[in-house]
Amino acid sequence: MAKSIERQVILPWRQVLRIAFNSLRVRLLRSLITTLTLVLAIAFAAYLWSGYEMLNSVWPNAPDTLQQRILDSGYEPLNGRFGASAKDRWLAILSLLVCVVGIVNAQLMAVTERFREIGTFKCLGALDSFVVKIFMLEAVYQGLLGGFVGGLVGILTATVGMTLHFGWAILGRWPPLAMFIILAASTLLAMLLSLLGVLYPALVAARMQPAAALRSEA
Amino acid sequence: MARDNSHNVVRLSDVTKSFQLGQNTVEALKGVSMEIKAGEYISIMGPSGSGKSTLFNMIGALDKPTSGRVFIDEVNVSQLDAYELAWLRCRKIGYIFQTFNLIQVMTAIENVTLPMIFAGLSRDRYLEKGLELLKLVGLGERYQHKPSELSGGQQQRVAIARSLANDPAIILADEPTGNLDLATGEEIIYLLKQMSRERQVTVISATHDIKMINVSDRVVWIRDGRIDRIEDRDRLTVSVGAVA
Repeated sequence: MAKSIERQVILPWRQVLRIAFNSLRVRLLRSLITTLTLVLAIAFAAYLWSGYEMLNSVWPNAPDTLQQRILDSGYEPLNGRFGASAKDRWLAILSLLVCVVGIVNAQLMAVTERFREIGTFKCLGALDSFVVKIFMLEAVYQGLLGGFVGGLVGILTATVGMTLHFGWAILGRWPPLAMFIILAASTLLAMLLSLLGVLYPALVAARMQPAAALRSEA
Repeated sequence: MARDNSHNVVRLSDVTKSFQLGQNTVEALKGVSMEIKAGEYISIMGPSGSGKSTLFNMIGALDKPTSGRVFIDEVNVSQLDAYELAWLRCRKIGYIFQTFNLIQVMTAIENVTLPMIFAGLSRDRYLEKGLELLKLVGLGERYQHKPSELSGGQQQRVAIARSLANDPAIILADEPTGNLDLATGEEIIYLLKQMSRERQVTVISATHDIKMINVSDRVVWIRDGRIDRIEDRDRLTVSVGAVA
C-alpha cells in the first residue's frame, strides 16, 4: 500500500548554523538581554579568578612593602598561592546558578513566543531534531558571545581594580597566559551553562505539534 | 479536466476524533468519509465548533484520527513514523495559513526556499526555483524583502509561492482570506484557482468566505462533527443565494 513515501532527510549542519545565526541576528535585542545574564555571571567569576592570578604573578618578586599591603587588604596565601576562599566560590557558583535559571526562563518565553514559527517549520517538513538544533545552536552562539564578553569584562575590571589598589607593579607582571586561559575557560563555561539552560525549553519546542501553526490568536 | 481518470488524492474512511477535555470526552468528528480527486478545488465550510478545523487537520496530516483511516495519495497516514510524516508534509502538502506564517526573520526568497532546503535540494536549484515561484505570484522584484515590509496580500502571495515549492499534490489553505480585505482576498482566491488549474494541484481550503464558493468545484458543509452535505458547483448558486 505504502507507495512513494520516503523518509525526510536530516538537514545539513551548514544550513542549521546559518538559520540559527540569522534567527539570533534579527532578534538581536531580545537575545542580547539573554546574553547579558551570562555576561554578568561570567564576569563575576572571571573577576575573582583573574584577581587571584594577578596576585600570584606579582607576589614572588614583590617588595616587602607591597607584600605587606596585599596581606593588609585581607588576601591570604595558602601554600604560597592565592586562591578563592570558600565564600568566594559559593558566591560564584550561586551567581552562575541564578544565571542558568534566568536562561531557562528566558528561553521558555522565547519558545512560547515562537509557537507559530515552530509549527510552521514543522508544516514545511522540519524534523524534531531540527527544532532542537536551532535552539541549541542559538544557545551556543549566545554562550560563546556572553562568555567571551563576560570574561573580558571580568579581567578588565579586576586589572583596573588591582592596579588602582596596588599600583603599577600589577600591570608590570600581568600574566598573559593565565588571562588567556581564564578567557577561554569563561567562554567554554558560558557555552555549557547556556546549553544547560536551553535543554528543557528546546525539548518543549520540539514536542510542539505542527498544528500550532494554525492557531490564529497571537 | 479529466477528473474521472484521476485518482483520489485524499480519502477518509469513517474517521472519528475525540478529545479529552478534563473529565469529558468531546467528539469533534463522528464518522466522516469522503474522497477528494486530484486537481479538485474544495472548500470546507462550517460554523466554528463544527469540527471543521479538526477535519482540516486530519486531511493535512497534522493530527491522527482516533479511529478510521486517512489516506493521502493512497498512503495511510496513521502508519507513518515521524520521519515519513515530515517527508509527507514537506513534499506532498503545501500549507497556507490565515495569519500567513512567513518566518519573520527571513526574506521572501528565504521563506520560499525553506521547504526546498528541507527537501535537500542544492543551493543553485532552490534559488532558481524560488525566484521562479516568486515571479509566478507577481513578487519577482521583492524577493529580498522581509515579511514586515510586505502588505498582507503580498505576504499571502509569498506563502502561496512557498506552498508550491516542492510541487505538492495538495495545497491546504486555512482561511486564506481571513486576514485580508475584500479585493485582496479575491486576488488571492483567483491566484489559488489559477495555480490549481495550471499545476493540477488539489486545493482544499477551510473558509467562511462566500467568495471562495464561486471558484470551488465542490463545497463540503460540516455540521456537528459530520458531513452535512456536499454540493457540486452547478448546484451552488442556489444555496449561496440562501446563505446570503
